[in-house]
Formats: sequence, C-alpha cells, structure tokens
Amino acid sequence: MRAFLGLAAGIWLAAGAVWGQDAPPRQAPGSTVPLSPPQQGYPLYPDPGMPRAGLPEQQDAPTEQVVAGLSRNSVAITASFDGSDILIYGAIKRETPIPPGPPLEVVVTLEAPTQALTVWQKERKLGIWLNAESVEVGAAPGFYAVATSGPLDQILSPEWDSRYRISLPLALRAFGGGLNVEDAVPYTEALIRIREANGLYRLDEGSVKLVDQTLFRADIRLPANLIEGDYKTRIFLLRDGEVVDVYRAPIEVRKVGLERWLYRLAFDQPLLYGLMSLAVAVAAGWGASAAFRRLRRA
Amino acid sequence: MQIFLPIAEVSVNAFTLIGLGGLVGLMSGLFGVGGGFLITPLLFFIGIPPPIAVATGANQVVASSVSGVLAHVKRRTVDFRMGGVLLAGGLVGSWMGVWVFTILQNLGQVDLVVQLCYVIFLGLIGGMMLQESIRSMRRSRNPTYRKRLHQHNWVHRWPLKMKFRTSGLYISAIPVLLVGVAVGVLAAIMGVGGGFIMVPAMIYLLGMPTKVVVGTSLFQITFVTAFTTLMHAISYNTVDIMLAVLLIVGGVVGAQIGTTLGARLRAEQLRILLALLVLMVCGKLALDLFLRPDELFSITTGTH
Repeated sequence: MRAFLGLAAGIWLAAGAVWGQDAPPRQAPGSTVPLSPPQQGYPLYPDPGMPRAGLPEQQDAPTEQVVAGLSRNSVAITASFDGSDILIYGAIKRETPIPPGPPLEVVVTLEAPTQALTVWQKERKLGIWLNAESVEVGAAPGFYAVATSGPLDQILSPEWDSRYRISLPLALRAFGGGLNVEDAVPYTEALIRIREANGLYRLDEGSVKLVDQTLFRADIRLPANLIEGDYKTRIFLLRDGEVVDVYRAPIEVRKVGLERWLYRLAFDQPLLYGLMSLAVAVAAGWGASAAFRRLRRA
Repeated sequence: MQIFLPIAEVSVNAFTLIGLGGLVGLMSGLFGVGGGFLITPLLFFIGIPPPIAVATGANQVVASSVSGVLAHVKRRTVDFRMGGVLLAGGLVGSWMGVWVFTILQNLGQVDLVVQLCYVIFLGLIGGMMLQESIRSMRRSRNPTYRKRLHQHNWVHRWPLKMKFRTSGLYISAIPVLLVGVAVGVLAAIMGVGGGFIMVPAMIYLLGMPTKVVVGTSLFQITFVTAFTTLMHAISYNTVDIMLAVLLIVGGVVGAQIGTTLGARLRAEQLRILLALLVLMVCGKLALDLFLRPDELFSITTGTH
C-alpha cells in the first residue's frame, strides 16, 4: 500500500512538473480573469489517493500582488506592418492597508527572444576603416524595453536588479566562447548605444502611470523592425528598491499571410523560391517590353 | 505606404523603392546601361543589409536584361555562340564569386569588400566615361577623324580557336572564357550584370563589331545574374522577392520612359551627366571608407 502511495505521489509530482512547464505562468495569483479549463485540472482535483499535505501551499504570499492585462497578446507582422502599440495595464491587489514608508513603484519590461551576435570594431588599416576586432555576445534580446514609474537607479536596488536582470546591461547575457579582446566593455556599451539609437533598446523612465499606488498603465511601442518569436512581458512591483511581486505574460510576434509564406518558402524551399524570384523577374521584363511596344504602336 | 520586407526584415516606404527602381530604370533607358551598379549602392544607403542588397540587385538585373535581350534577338544582334562561351565562363565565375562571398562573410568583411569593389569600379567607369564623352564631343567638332574598323592584338593568337560567325571573328576561346569568368565573379560579389566591364572588353579586347556587343552581353548577363540569384537564394536565403518586385516595377517603367526621353536629348551631354553621377556615388562610398566613421562599432547577428 505504501509503495502504491509513493508511486501515485511520484506520478502526481511528475504530472505537476509537466503542467508547470506547459503552462507559462500567465496569471498572477489573485487574478480575476477565470482560468482556462486545462489549467484548472490538477490543483483543484488532485489524485484522491494523495495526502492533503502534498498540495502546494502559498506560504509567502506577498501582501501586495499585481493583477494585469495586455491590450493584445499577439502581434501579427503583415506586409504593411509599421510597428505596434501595446498597452499594459493593471492594479495592485492587497488585503491590508497601503504600508507606510517609501511609495510603491512599477517597472514593466518587454523582451524579444535572444539572438547570438557579433560586435565588430573598425580600425584604420592602410588608410581604410575596416572591421578588425570582434566580440561575440552569446545571447542578446533583439528588442528590449524598460518602462518605469520613476528613475530606475533610485527605485531598484542593484541586488534585485541582478537577480531579475531588469536593466539593459544585465539583459545581455553570456559571452560566447573565449574573449579575443582585452576589454569587452566598450563592445557591450556600443551594442546598447547602437540599438538604443535604432529604437530597439529603450529605457523610458517615468512612463508608467501609477495612480494612488493602486492602478497603473504603461504604453510600449514596438518598432517596425521586429524579429519573430515569443516575447516576454514582466511587471515588477517595487517597494524600497526590493521586488515585491512579479507578473509575467507572453506576447507572440509572428509574420502572417504573405510575409509568413514567403519567409517559410525562402528557408524551407530555397530552390523553389529562387526559381519563383526569377520567374517574377523574367515575366516583368518581358511584360513591360511587350506592353510598351503596344503602347507605342497605338 | 510602409511595407515590411519579409527577408530583409526591415520596414521601408514602398514608394521610395518604386521611385528608386524608376530612377535607375530611367538611367538605364537614357544611357543604355544595366543600372545594377547604381541600384545596389543605393540600397545600402537606405539601410538594406549588403548581402540582401547584392542578391536582390542581381534579381532586378535579370528583369531589366530580359526586356533588353528580347529586343536584340528580334533585331538579330545577338551572337549566340559567343554568348554561350561567355556564359560558360560566367557560370564558373559566379560559382567562384559566391564561394568567395562565403569566406568574406565568415571573416566579417563582406561590407568592406563589396564597398571597395564599388569604389574601384565606379571610379574606373566614371572616369572612363567622362574621358570618352569629352573626347567624342571634340570629335564631333572635327569630323575628319575616322576609327579603325577592326583591331587585331596578341590575345587572338592563343590556342583553341573558334569561329564566331555573327561577329565575323576567328579567335581563341580562352580570352572569351576569361572575360566571362571575370563578369561572373563581379555579378556574385557586387550584384551587378557586369555589362560595364564586358562591353569595353568585347570591343577593345576581343574586337567584336559594336552592333552585336550590347545584345550579346545582355544575353550573357541574363543567364549569369539568374544563376547568381539562384545561388544566393540557395546558399544564404538573401533574395527578398518583395524588395525585388518593387524595384522591378519601378525599373521597367522607368526604363521605357528613359528610352523615349533619350531619343530626344543629346547623347554626349547625357553621358557626361551619367559619368558625374557615377563619380558622385563612388565619392560617397569612398568617403565612408576613408573618413573616420561616427560609429566605430557594428553589429552582425549570428556568430561564426
């Protein structure tokens, strides 16, 4: 009997672990939006053979929690795509009165999937400026925006920043391979500088509107030059430089329609795609000369 | 109207691209050049990554040369035998060029070599055209000058002689093949047809009669750029069909307008204008290479 119980517990735990992976924590505890049925499964109806103590219990439930929503949870890149605005809004749920002390602050981040990339530095050789030294960055987000309700260095302590990797320099992770330059810092600084200039990395201090330490909203503009993938939104509640609660939500960015079809064709069937490009070119060249010959005769 | 290019993954104004295609088409109609050597650097200027600009430029050249070669086939001014030998060399050259491109990409020097090629060749062509048009303006004032019909030189005495009936030549196939290879390499690295190299080489090196030169070079260019486009599409997935279509639409219309306009204007003055334009593009690219850039760092995605 004991063996059977152990087995059942093992199955339950494994299932729980799988469930935890499958469903990203879309919903913060305390959310008023109903859960979708598949996510209700295990916690509400556990295996009857399980002892009650096995249920996960929220021991350190924060006194203040985020309840949030996004204006959209997917972005479609169409042929006429010209950037997109995302509104992130929410409220702070609490059972107790607003604690005294420094006021509540909110930080919202939006992060694109990471890419490996190389940062090159130009040097003058034989009178020509050419790429000389390089640093490989193992994983840097293709887009990263931080919106805050106040100056980031004042509302967030460095320890909590490094734990959650919130500020821009920390969002760049892991250098790939060995370094072949003495000092990599100018390269990462350049990466942030170039991408900030292109609007790909952004720090908008004070752009989160917070009302009565309870309601907040942040508008984040996605630029036109986006990469595809699963974007991550994080909302941090901060008090006295410490993270009180975190809420995470995914945003799916996908090419759709013609864009998607052409992109997939170019990478899955390059020969067919190449032939198609040629066919278009030949048809256009022939069509134009035929059309204009007719025009001239008329 | 903004349009998102699926392969280049940048959003650009569609009318800018059509206008760019039209402008280059107008040039090619006015001056009788392919225009590939202008479109690729212009794509650099508006922020298209160089590998995509080169591959898509080659695709655009296919369209403009097809429409040109059809007209020449009708007029029987294409030497197919000569074109075939040039093409054999061109395919080898194109394959070599794409291979060189791979090495450069791994070294992170594609941008540099492509730009350097453009500076050198645009400088050469611009200078040659300026000199030639100034000379021909002088010549038109002095009508007693007469050009020799046919020139024989050392390359004609090489082995492997072939008869080219349409051109009226009996010469070695080796220089013909070499010209083809050179043009193929240029097409793959620069995304151009290479007519600006081939036409003078055919006239001065091979001694072909002028009336078949343009048709034959267009014939070879059509196939070499088509092959190059395919190679780039297969090896790097860098042909952006959306970008190509917009450029082609502008290009074919511009070319036809240019041809009509060109018939009404004076040729020598036009040539001087084109020469100055080519030198200007060359100067802009050269400044980028020789002056200290504002931003010393650049980013390429994907590590090697």
